[in-house]
Amino acid sequence: MMQQNQVCFRTMHLDQPWSMEAYRSVGGYEVLEKILHEKTRQESIIETIKNSALRGRGGAGFPTGLKWSFMPRRMPGDKYIVCNSDEGEPGTCKDRDILRYNPHQLIEGMIIAGYTIGAQRGYNYIRGEFFEPIERFEQALTEAREAGYLGKNILGSGFNFELHTHPGAGAYICGEETALLESLEGKKGQPRYKPPFPAGYGLYGRPTTINNTETLASVPVILQHGADWFHELGTPNNGGQKIFCMTGHVNKPGNYEVPLGMPFAELLELAGGVRHGHKLKAVIPGGSSTPVVPADVMMQTAMSYDGIGKAGSMLGAGSVIVMDETTCMVKALERIAYFYYEESCGQCTPCREGTGWLYRVIKRIENGEGRQEDLDRLVDVANNINGNTICALGDAAAAPVISFIKHFREEFQYHIDHQRCLVAEPELKLNYG
Amino acid sequence: MTANLQLTGHRDQLFNETVRQKLDSWISKYPPGQAQSAVIPALHILQDAHQGWLSEGLMRALAEYLDIPAISVFEVATFYTMFELNPVGQHKISVCTNISCQLCGSEEIASYLQKKLGIGFGQTTADGKFTLKEVECLGACVGAPMLLLDRDYHEHLTPEKIDTLLGGVK
Ligand SMILES: Cc1cc2nc3c(=O)[nH]c(=O)nc-3n(C[C@H](O)[C@H](O)[C@H](O)COP(=O)(O)O)c2cc1C
Ligand code: SF4
Ligand code: FES
Repeated sequence: MMQQNQVCFRTMHLDQPWSMEAYRSVGGYEVLEKILHEKTRQESIIETIKNSALRGRGGAGFPTGLKWSFMPRRMPGDKYIVCNSDEGEPGTCKDRDILRYNPHQLIEGMIIAGYTIGAQRGYNYIRGEFFEPIERFEQALTEAREAGYLGKNILGSGFNFELHTHPGAGAYICGEETALLESLEGKKGQPRYKPPFPAGYGLYGRPTTINNTETLASVPVILQHGADWFHELGTPNNGGQKIFCMTGHVNKPGNYEVPLGMPFAELLELAGGVRHGHKLKAVIPGGSSTPVVPADVMMQTAMSYDGIGKAGSMLGAGSVIVMDETTCMVKALERIAYFYYEESCGQCTPCREGTGWLYRVIKRIENGEGRQEDLDRLVDVANNINGNTICALGDAAAAPVISFIKHFREEFQYHIDHQRCLVAEPELKLNYG
Repeated sequence: MTANLQLTGHRDQLFNETVRQKLDSWISKYPPGQAQSAVIPALHILQDAHQGWLSEGLMRALAEYLDIPAISVFEVATFYTMFELNPVGQHKISVCTNISCQLCGSEEIASYLQKKLGIGFGQTTADGKFTLKEVECLGACVGAPMLLLDRDYHEHLTPEKIDTLLGGVK
């Protein structure tokens, strides 16, 4: 029997899983105490994280140990660890549950990360609408402070570390790491040019490491049970369990923390299968900016970075958007295109103009006013955005357009030819399932 | 509202004691010389304390308080969707219509709300009680369709749930 909830959700079965007491009962803060007591070498922690094959859970899947190794950790002066709890990618809602149900594990992970990269200060950037999660996290911070895990000379080790929450205020782009830093500095969230990368020039121009909530919350468990244990939870090069947000047309939508590499078919079954006994049509496996995958390919896909990559898409943030046979792909793409148009920060011309153009053309196809040349033009415009922008929002806007048209071209063509939908009865009734 | 603000240039005279304490506690979370970092939390505090929106006077006073140019505050206030630059209703309802919610019927939820309140997105009811907004993904997609009412998420919405919810709002 496969065990779920081994990493970030490991307190989930407990009463008040967010409390210090619950967290201690699974061994919480023991790793931190040991590190501070034994003055564990930073290099050895980085080695363990590298060997665990933990990859960034925020979207790009970058190896976390490698990212940490880029920090000039012995350089004097301020350095920062920043947690990305902006969680704005459509389809993603896992960090909210980590903040609500296991905030102490994130705090422990951030303190350990700070110790490892030589940072004495950390910020958790949490999206502004997360009033309840912010409150939970703040309360956990108070408990951690009272227990002596934050502040000066922690547990007599000589290590100082301060940790604070920073709220956002509604802007998807602030999830992009350099826009997040700008926002944390009290500015508009407009991405910076890279290089320089945050490890060299980050918050207030100082070396900074930015990781996703789920990434940082995985750290204490890895150090507690060892790199091999974690790695073996998943598959080679794709260590650990991962939270998948199962949304859309499934009977039991929810967050499922399961081994990386689990077949999609099994995950779908965990989520109760497709609603109303309908047939699966397509899946967006990693959040709205990852390419859509047709049902038959998806049913053969393993849920890992490499597995989903082979299927022509990306694991992204693990945000699995399930669409059944009643879904109109034109309408779905129209909504996604609107999102990127709405959220483009406007700095680069290809993104600012391109996202507006994509949205307007898809909208006119959806409204039965499409022209024959529209599909090729859409793909052209999307290709012109791709790779020509400051940040990856441009690519994120292009990928859905290219993949939807690639796999469901006949549906778009039908809209253009017949001014209506190929999906017989576009059923958008409430999912009471 | 903003009429009680006297922009005399004295930090102590800007804002009331409670607001000042909150602002100062936020400023203390950032390194010395980085008070600008407190702009977003500060705007949230001011908005909450002033009927849910930010007047130009408030933003100017904040700039003075943080000792940064007024334009820096305006830029932030206009960039982020949670900040209101015009008066709003007593309660704010933000409905997510993004993809996961759309697949689960957010269109019906949205039109039900519009009909029930007799207003469209971006509008406020005549009695000043509710402002209705359409928003992007709020990070609660497993609870689709969902909305944010003031500070609380409400998930797996149905017309019946909305009736109960709005009926309970004072
Ligand atoms: C437009 C855009 C939005 C993003 N939103 C988020 C987000 O909400 N949360 C997140 O962790 N990463 C987000 N990312 C990815 C971050 O830039 C960054 O790669 C990530 O936080 C690094 O953490 P990780 O290595 O632990 O994944 C976004 C990237 C882009 C381009
Ligand atoms: S790609 Fe788009 S969102 Fe990113 S910096 Fe350029 S304009 Fe802004
Ligand atoms: S799509 Fe509605 S909350 Fe995410």
